[in-house]
Amino acid sequence: MLLRNPRRELEVDGPITIVNLLARLDVNRESVLVIRGGELVAGDATLADDDEVEIRPVISGGAQ
Amino acid sequence: MKCVTCKGPAIIDIRRHNANFCTEHFLEQCRRQVGKAIDEFDMIRPGERALVAVSGGKDSLAVWDLLVELGHDVDGFTIGLGIGDYSSTSSTYARAFAEERGLRLLEVDLPATHGYDIPTGARAARRAPCSACGLSKRHLFDAVALEGGYDVLVTGHNLDDEAAVLFGNTLHWHTEYLGRQLPVLPARDGFPRKVKPLVRLTERETAAYCVVRGIDYQVEECPMASGNRHLGYKHALNEIERSSPGAKHSFYFGFLAKAAERFAAEADEDRAGLHPCPSCGAPTTSEVCAFCRLVERAGGARPDEGTGAVEVVLGPTRAAATAAAAVPPATASAATAIGAAS
Repeated sequence: MLLRNPRRELEVDGPITIVNLLARLDVNRESVLVIRGGELVAGDATLADDDEVEIRPVISGGAQ
Repeated sequence: MKCVTCKGPAIIDIRRHNANFCTEHFLEQCRRQVGKAIDEFDMIRPGERALVAVSGGKDSLAVWDLLVELGHDVDGFTIGLGIGDYSSTSSTYARAFAEERGLRLLEVDLPATHGYDIPTGARAARRAPCSACGLSKRHLFDAVALEGGYDVLVTGHNLDDEAAVLFGNTLHWHTEYLGRQLPVLPARDGFPRKVKPLVRLTERETAAYCVVRGIDYQVEECPMASGNRHLGYKHALNEIERSSPGAKHSFYFGFLAKAAERFAAEADEDRAGLHPCPSCGAPTTSEVCAFCRLVERAGGARPDEGTGAVEVVLGPTRAAATAAAAVPPATASAATAIGAAS
């Protein structure tokens, strides 16, 4: 999987649900989207061993 | 997960609404929330011309797209800030969005027009980069909206932005700011009307909207903003949201309903004494406005090379524009000679 900001790649054994994947990585679901093949992946979806996903942070912005 | 509306396969869960949505009904939900914000706070009236401040990030492109989808007449305006590859990539996304949809994008390149970029200008002026950036953007957004004859200036501030700013202002009891932290600031004292149609959407939702709509945007974080307090407040609020879905909405909209009015008088006091800056005509309470002081200090820090953005020249200052008040808005707008990318 690809994680952004900072950009890095990790391998995690499947099958695993999105919710469990984010919990294992200690990533807050409120702060990211999970994208597979350009499409959003729902939280209860299960990733197979050979799936490639991007975990994209959504928090942005400087001081106003 | 099933869509709360049609029971088809859901693509996203929104815990604060205790609801899941399929693609079609998620887009409908976003449009409904933006339409509700516009109506509830009387942001944009039928027939008005709007200018949206575009960074090339998810929020500004999402709000531009949503307003067009809702039938509004909206142009975009982007500023080349000179933050290396980050700025040039951001401008590329903004131009591509406009060109693909046949929309009008105005551009100003800060180094070309005012002689500084954000990194070198902030250092020269001894300001934090986000402070110099915010000041520069606010000034230019206001100036271009007024000089272009637009009825309203739109920004992509979302619920997370507003909740984080409210959190910071409350944490430090900046009461003079609390009274004007509103979804709409009416036109007054030489400022254009400013509206935030995304206040009912979180940034997870605006990012999801872009993915679903196929809108490419700048995903990377601004290198100058990394680790700033504003981002820290957002992370803190999302930790609260994780265990208490709806907390950000409750915090911000509770403030609007129950507290904002209590600080209005102080905000008014803060605006007392506004007068036109003798240099540029922008409203200020100082002898010379903060933007002109920044330009004076940072202008000598001009980088050797531009950003590659379109070089354009801003037209007459607002002081000059006021003197030429007999000129109809359309003519005044054309006289500013702001380049359009499309």
